[in-house]
Order: sequence, then C-alpha cells, then structure tokens
Amino acid sequence: MAKSKEPKKYLVGIYDHEEKVVEAVKKVQKEGVKVEEVYSPHPIHHIDTYIGHPRTRIPIAAFMFGATGTILAITMITFMMKIDWPMIIGGKNPLYPPTMVPVTFEATVLICALGMVATFLITNNMGPGKVEFMFDRRTTDDKYALVVDLDKNTKSVEEIRQILIKYGAETTPPPRIVEKS
Amino acid sequence: MAEVHVHYNLNEKYTFTPELKKKLAIGMGVGLVLLVLGVILAYAGIGFGHHEAHEAGKAAQDAGKHAEVGHHGATPLTRLWANLWLNGVFFTYIAAMGVLFVAIQYVAYAGWSATIRRVAEAFGAFLPFTAPVLLITFFLGGHDLFHWTHHDLYEKGKATYDPIIAGKAGFFFFPLAAGSFPLFWVLRLVAFIGIWYALYRMLIKNSVAEDYLTDKTDFSYHKRNITIGAIFIVFFGLSESVSAWDWVMSIDTHWYSTMFGWYVFASSWVSALAVLTLAVVYLKENGYLKMVNENHLHDLGKFMFAFSIFWAYIWFAQYMLQAYSNIPEEIEYWVARHDGLEGVYSPMIVMNVIINFLFPFLFLMTRDAKRKEIFLKITAFAILMGHYLDFFVMVMPGTVKGNGGFFLIEIGTLMLFACAFVYVFANQLSRQGLIAKNHPMMEESLHHSI
Repeated sequence: MAKSKEPKKYLVGIYDHEEKVVEAVKKVQKEGVKVEEVYSPHPIHHIDTYIGHPRTRIPIAAFMFGATGTILAITMITFMMKIDWPMIIGGKNPLYPPTMVPVTFEATVLICALGMVATFLITNNMGPGKVEFMFDRRTTDDKYALVVDLDKNTKSVEEIRQILIKYGAETTPPPRIVEKS
Repeated sequence: MAEVHVHYNLNEKYTFTPELKKKLAIGMGVGLVLLVLGVILAYAGIGFGHHEAHEAGKAAQDAGKHAEVGHHGATPLTRLWANLWLNGVFFTYIAAMGVLFVAIQYVAYAGWSATIRRVAEAFGAFLPFTAPVLLITFFLGGHDLFHWTHHDLYEKGKATYDPIIAGKAGFFFFPLAAGSFPLFWVLRLVAFIGIWYALYRMLIKNSVAEDYLTDKTDFSYHKRNITIGAIFIVFFGLSESVSAWDWVMSIDTHWYSTMFGWYVFASSWVSALAVLTLAVVYLKENGYLKMVNENHLHDLGKFMFAFSIFWAYIWFAQYMLQAYSNIPEEIEYWVARHDGLEGVYSPMIVMNVIINFLFPFLFLMTRDAKRKEIFLKITAFAILMGHYLDFFVMVMPGTVKGNGGFFLIEIGTLMLFACAFVYVFANQLSRQGLIAKNHPMMEESLHHSI
C-alpha cells in the first residue's frame, strides 16, 4: 500500500437476496472471476469457503490468548501466595492446586475475551475514531455487495460486469467501479 | 446447495448379523466365566487385597460411633455385589440418557439429529434388563452394599445407634418402621425405571408409527412425541437426582453433596453421548447411515467436548468446596478416595480427571478433530472408560473399602454388561427402519452444514 498512492479499483455488484449472492459467488468464480469479498448485513454460512478465503486462524489466536491467561494467572498466584506473602488458608498449602483453579479459569477466559475483541477490531480495521471504508452503504441495510478486485483479474471490466449481471446483480445501476485508496 | 441433491436410501434397515450375535454371546460368556473365576480366585486369596487388619486399626482410630458399626470386612462376595450394582447403575443411566437425548431432540425441535434419532432411540430398550439386576442385587447383596440397611443403626439406646442415619430413616423406610423393609426406596427404584421405560415405549411407538404415514404433512405423531418428550424431561430431571441419591450417594450414608444429582447426570449423560457417537461411527463404517456426514459428527463431537467440560466443572465444584472447607462429615468421603483405605483409589481419582477432562478437552478442541471419525472413536472410548472409572470411584470405596481394584471380577462384569447392552441395543435397532424417514425435519438434517 505504502509504495503506490494510486487508488485500487474494485467492481461492486449489488444483490438483493442472500441466496442470489451465494449462487453468484459460486458461479462467477466458475467463470474465472476472482471474488475479493462479499459484504452482507448479516453473517452467511460458509461464504468464506465459497469465496475461497483461507481457513480462519481465529481459533489459534483464541487458544494462544487463553494459554497466556492461564500462565499469567498461575504466575500471579504463585508470586502472591508463595513468594511475596505466603498465606495459609484453611490449613492448606499456600499453593493448594484446587484453590488455584477458579482464578486461573477466570483469567483464562478474561484474557481470551479481551484478546479476541482486540483481534476483531484490528483485523476489521475498526476501533475508536476509525471509519471503515464501505463499498456500498446499503450493505448495512438490505443489500449484498459482491466485490471484485480488478487488479487480480485478467478479464476486462466489461466482461466481469456482464458476468455479474448474468448471475443476478442489479442492473439499475449496473455493477460500478469503486476506488479505494 | 440447491444444485446438489443426493438421494439417500431412507428405507434402510439395520441387520443384526448372526456373526455379531455370536461374538456378543461369546463376549457375555467370557465375561461370566471371568466373573465366576474372579470370585473363586478371590476366595482363594488371589487378586483380592487383605486389608481388614489395617482397616480395623484405622477404624479404631476414628472417633465416633459409626466406626464400630457395620464395618464388616468386605468379602469377595461383597465385591461381586458391588460390581453388579456399579454396572447396573451405570448402564441404567446410559440407557435412560439415550431416552433423554431423544426427548431433548423432540422438545428442542432439533433438525440436525433426524437421521441419527433411531440410534438414540435404541438405548432405552436396555432398561427392563437392568431394573431386575438392580433389584436382585439389592435383595441379595444390599446388606453388604448399603450401610443404612443395618437395622441396629435405628435402635435408640443401643451402642450402634446412629442419630445421623436415623434422621434419614424416613427417606429409606417410609411408611414402614425404620430398620425394617425399605419400601419407599424400593418403590422409587421400580417407579423411576418403570416410568422412564413407559415414556420410552410411548416415544418409540409414535416414532415408528410415523414411518408408516402416507400423508407427509401429517405431523400428529411428531407433535405427540414433543409432549411426551417434555413430560419425560421434567420427570427425568427430578427423578434422576433422587435416583442418584438413592443408588449411589446412599452408599456413603453419612456423607451428602447437594450437587450429587447433577454430578451423576453429567457423568452418565456424557457417557451416553460417547456410546451414541461410537454407535453412529460403527454404523457408518459398516455402510449404514450414508447421509450422516462430518457435520453431524461435528455436532456429536461438540456434545462430547462440551459435556466433558460440564462434568469437570461439576466434579470440581463438588470437590473443591468440600476439600477446602474440610468439614469432617464431608471430608470423609474424599479421604476414602485419597490417602484413606491404603490409597487404593488415589490413582483412580487422578486418572478420572485426566481421562474425563484433560484428554477430551485437548484432544477434541480443534474443529478438525471433531469432524474425523478416528478422533471421535478414540475420545468416545476414552470417555466411556473414564466415566466407568468415575462411577467406580463413586461406588467402590463405600462398599468394598480397601479391597477394591481391577481384576477378573471387574473385567468380567463389565464385559458381561457391555456385551448385553450392545446385544439389546442392536436388537432394538434392527426392529424398525434405521432412519425415521418421515421426520418433519429430515430435509434439514440431510442438508445440515456447520
């Protein structure tokens, strides 16, 4: 991004039904058009696999955050209860394992949750003060947008436009080019 | 989705092959032989610990009256009764949980499970076989298994009088006199299993009748089963807790845990899910249930994963509070499972947590693992063994004391019960179509995708 200031060009087809856009994604790709992304007002099952996105690594991130929380909690309890100020509660060893479980569990869940919120905001380019670029405002309402990156396709713009229309894109107005810098 | 529409054979029937019948019969026979051999060897002193002397010494150290009462040294016969009771209870719960699974699918309007519902429907057929086992074991060996059956506990003024157990007498003996015949307790056993079985038969009857419908828009049988399922869930929710106190918790009569019903539920529910998964994978491997794909397996895997964690949560919540608070009447239960009784059960309680929580938690965590048959098979088998062990640790310390362990009696009884369960299960499965073909949500199940 940094080396070229030139805006990238995308062709955006608008669909008015979930099934139409799902069918379009499958068929358009069969005709050799690489689909960049689909924007929808609601989640669509398996749309990522239809587009051909690689498997999400979110579960790995979640596990890592969780493991971080576990280690953090055990370190914290060990420091507090054994090193800094040993405490005997209920006649038990300061590091009686069952008593460590609730705090460890909570810390695991907390760090995991906070980490996932951060991951979500970063990967989606969201957060306080940020304004996400939108290909079409109506995708937050009742329309579905199928976005084609023109740089990644060898077909001409007109060819791709005709393919999108062939599989149900709205014709008024027809799929249009949107520039994103 | 619309363009790929594979037509599956919804009329398929499971055939209970003579080879399998023979194998299971041999399994039962071997189990029985091992069992008898185990008892004979135990009387000869092989594979049966002699801890009575130590135990008597330990009991003498324990302050309180109950140390003097009813601590007969456990004989090999006690161990036989305890094993029969353990397996009887374990398999009763697995069978009942199968019915619960079906009831939940109905009440939750679940579509995904339409193709595997018949498999779960075959579980309950084992209930009429375990109920007599439980009753006979109780009448023959109840005195050895249950401390509360000793009538001298209830006689005021005697040295053996136990005010704590006497206070619980009504729960066992109502309306008869304390220390006589435990009418209330026996009636509960018969009523619970009887009503579970009756509701199960009603579910099965409607479910099978649905197969012969000619009008595909007739959902009357399905709707009737939703009502029966709801009744079953409510009744089972109450009776399962009480049955857990009756059959398992009352072995350690002084001890009580307010979570025990849930704990037993979690343990047996996840066992039943493991049996269901094993059965579905087995059927798939033998060419049945072609429409069950990795999405359905994923759901079963999620069920096992989630309820393993649920079990660990319940187990831990019960353990930690009692271990930490260290109140004598609560801690005696855990002492018997740790250092007490010569530490016979202390490795088991550690294995219990490892097999039933850590293993499924780490092994089934990823999406891919839940979608592969081999992973599911390994985990389901481990869970099943692990929860047998869990029930073992619940039943054995209170009955056979320090004389417990794994030897021929245990292996024989488990083989006998497991083979009998599979036999009855397969027999029930072969009676009607393997797929509830007129299930209103069959189409949803065929297209299930997660």
